Amino acid sequence: MNSAVIDVHENIASHESYLSSGWNWRSWLLTLDHKRIGILYVVAITMLFGIGGSAAAMIRLDLLTPHSQLVSIETYNKLFTMHGVIMVWFFLIPSIPATLGNFLVPMMIGARDLAFPRLNLLSWYLFIFGGLFTIYALLAGGVDTGWTFYAPYSTSFSTSHVFAVASGIFIAGFSSILTGLNFIVTIHEMRAPGMTWFRLPLFIWSMYATSLILVLATPVLAMTLMLMGMERTFGIGVFDPGLGGDPLLFQHLFWFYSHPAVYIMIVPAMGVASEIISCFCRNPVFGYRFMAYAILAIAAFGFVVWGHHMFVSGQSAYAGTVFSLLTFLVSVPSAIKVFNWTATLYKAHITFHAPMLYALGFVGLFTIGGLTGLFLASLGLDVQLHDTYFVVAHFHYIMVGAAVMAFFGGIHFWWPKITGRMYPEGWARFCAILTFIGFNLTFFPQFILGYLGMPRRYPDYPPEFQVWNVLSSAGSSLLAFGYVLPLAYLLWSLRYGARAPANPWGATGLEWQTDSPPPSENFHTTPIVTEEAYAYHTESAHG
Amino acid sequence: MSMDSLPFFPTRASTIGGPIDELYFAWLILAGVVAVAVALTMVWFAVRYRRGSPASRVIAGPAEHARTMHHIEITWTIVPLVLFLGMFAWSAEVYYRSIRVPKDALPVYVVAKQWMWHAEHPAGEREINELHVPVNRPVELVMTSQDVIHSLSIPDFRIKQDVLPGRYTTLSFTANRPGEYHLYCTQFCGTSHSHMVGRVVVMEPAAYEQWLSAHADVPTMASRGERRYHELGCDGCHGAQAAVRAPKLEGLFGRPIPLRDGRTVRADERFMHDAVLLPNENVPAGYDANMPSFRGQISEEDLLDLIEYLKSKGNATHDGGQ
Repeated sequence: MNSAVIDVHENIASHESYLSSGWNWRSWLLTLDHKRIGILYVVAITMLFGIGGSAAAMIRLDLLTPHSQLVSIETYNKLFTMHGVIMVWFFLIPSIPATLGNFLVPMMIGARDLAFPRLNLLSWYLFIFGGLFTIYALLAGGVDTGWTFYAPYSTSFSTSHVFAVASGIFIAGFSSILTGLNFIVTIHEMRAPGMTWFRLPLFIWSMYATSLILVLATPVLAMTLMLMGMERTFGIGVFDPGLGGDPLLFQHLFWFYSHPAVYIMIVPAMGVASEIISCFCRNPVFGYRFMAYAILAIAAFGFVVWGHHMFVSGQSAYAGTVFSLLTFLVSVPSAIKVFNWTATLYKAHITFHAPMLYALGFVGLFTIGGLTGLFLASLGLDVQLHDTYFVVAHFHYIMVGAAVMAFFGGIHFWWPKITGRMYPEGWARFCAILTFIGFNLTFFPQFILGYLGMPRRYPDYPPEFQVWNVLSSAGSSLLAFGYVLPLAYLLWSLRYGARAPANPWGATGLEWQTDSPPPSENFHTTPIVTEEAYAYHTESAHG
Repeated sequence: MSMDSLPFFPTRASTIGGPIDELYFAWLILAGVVAVAVALTMVWFAVRYRRGSPASRVIAGPAEHARTMHHIEITWTIVPLVLFLGMFAWSAEVYYRSIRVPKDALPVYVVAKQWMWHAEHPAGEREINELHVPVNRPVELVMTSQDVIHSLSIPDFRIKQDVLPGRYTTLSFTANRPGEYHLYCTQFCGTSHSHMVGRVVVMEPAAYEQWLSAHADVPTMASRGERRYHELGCDGCHGAQAAVRAPKLEGLFGRPIPLRDGRTVRADERFMHDAVLLPNENVPAGYDANMPSFRGQISEEDLLDLIEYLKSKGNATHDGGQ
């Protein structure tokens, strides 16, 4: 009996898992295993998050005083640009899809790997290449245009490294496109027997919708950056009116990509939250089909609302009106999702492990971020709020508060599966709560600053705004602990954490039916699916 | 700012401020109610349905339950939709009210450049990073940029508009409270973006008249424009005795102009501006594309003077066009 237990244990821990199949550089850097590539992404984006986060910390420190004292205004401009560029393109966009998505998409649908493993590895190298290019340019002298690169400042006036940074983003864009393509083909073609579309976990629906956006929107970014580079380098007039171009054309093209890009960041987070909430409620996600349709609706509507970034840009009032209306329409499916997550708690058997705390925090921050988005969608009101700290607070609630909360929740939830180890539960719960509180203390004061009229991208500001800036900076120090501590205890757990069983949460989903960590081929035998996703109701009878 | 220590709310000093604040309060209440309701429901469920709690999880009549759930889904789809459409209509109405320029608005021209605001009054006064306006009188700012995109924001008036190179955008307001207010650039425009700030001075009519008369010796914009018109040799082609066949400019402003390529455009500020800098973009029907560009020879301020002059010519002979 005893030896049999040890046998199973050994089996799980070392013999057959994807982690034990080689430990030299080649086995990692040339791996075609989607799980290992997922981990390569985790390592890369963690470092990039560190760089982007350091820039944010310096920004918040500098804003403690109305007159920039820590850094010069030139440096401040480069800091917020670096923060935006790194966080948007090299952390938030790849965060959930490239790490958890890579690891989980084949496992959740019962496949051995993604459809194109070599393409998957190429995506990682493109991402790294683009990232190194960008970091080099940012460190070699930096760029001061803001992550939005508005022309003609970026094309004809800025003397900083615009072309180099744009090239880095351009290269990384192909990584996005290829990952999206890989996921779409995999989800269409490689589902296990019995895994019909409406038995897919909502995380897979969210990856599918995200992939569609990646494939359809990213090329527009590539074109825009290319036109910008051509105008800057060769003086070909596209955007600069001095060369016969139109500066609003740049904004239309830029936001045609960058608004859907927000959904690239938040839709995967919705998928993660759905998995976690359902698991710790022991309840199927309320209104599963509505949730799947809502994800697709958000992805589709997301393509036709870009003009709400341009209400005061000089775009026609009629265009603004149409974009405002469409923006209100896209917020309906978002509202449905919040109600459905809440309803999933009804008649549930709830436990409050760290992933659940992160997921509930996600719903809270997403609700505030979504509601304040409605303020901005309102034409007359947006005039006052546009380009102020209200906008800064709003999009951080969505893209950072909600999306990163879900990302951390997902990392904790699947950590036992990915590493075969349990994380320390007490520390994790503490960090989930600390992050939620720190985030609100950091960004809520910025809503008030926004209506008072404090503009974005101001290192020097009138003294009456100082009190709210000090509060915000103070909150950000708590937030920093909330983001850094998990790195420490998760690394600790790799060596000292308890061994994880195959299914520590008692979750449904194919990824939990195989070993922790899984074998290289994911499943010992091809799984056959016979029931809906989140079939927890059988357990609730005796729970 | 009303409260120095902990400001929550900006001063309201324009007529559009009230309607915009009403929208803001409506959203605060609506969003607050929804957020609190969602949060309370979550906490209530989380406590009541924690694992091991005695609360009943029994669902009676699965078929009826499914129907109820379906009705709930439909309800919380339709209710937000109707609410959102209502708020959309309200906010659009406020927006259209805010951009409507009253007929008797006092025009002031604004040229933005890295990193200053340059205002010109038709009577001739020029200001840098300041804007003097009378109280209770509609003002229309006609704005352009000499370099990159800027944005003029006066939070206490609840107004904002991007200022673009190569075109004119307008911003109108009626200040209803004398005092001094912040003016910001809110579109990132380079190194000293955060120093591209100034103040708006709203004055009682008597004080405003006094301020105007202190600058009475300054030539008007139209007279400066007329001088520039002759310096640049415009009348060599457009003048009455000119040998070259070029359009006559009297009474041009505001008229529809048929173009060689079949389009018809209105001769507004942007048309005049482009005609000087990009003359071959819009060639009037019946004329050759032989006007040289004056790019690099004329500043945005001079162009505004020139446009004021051409407008005054129109007023003299044609009663202002349309």
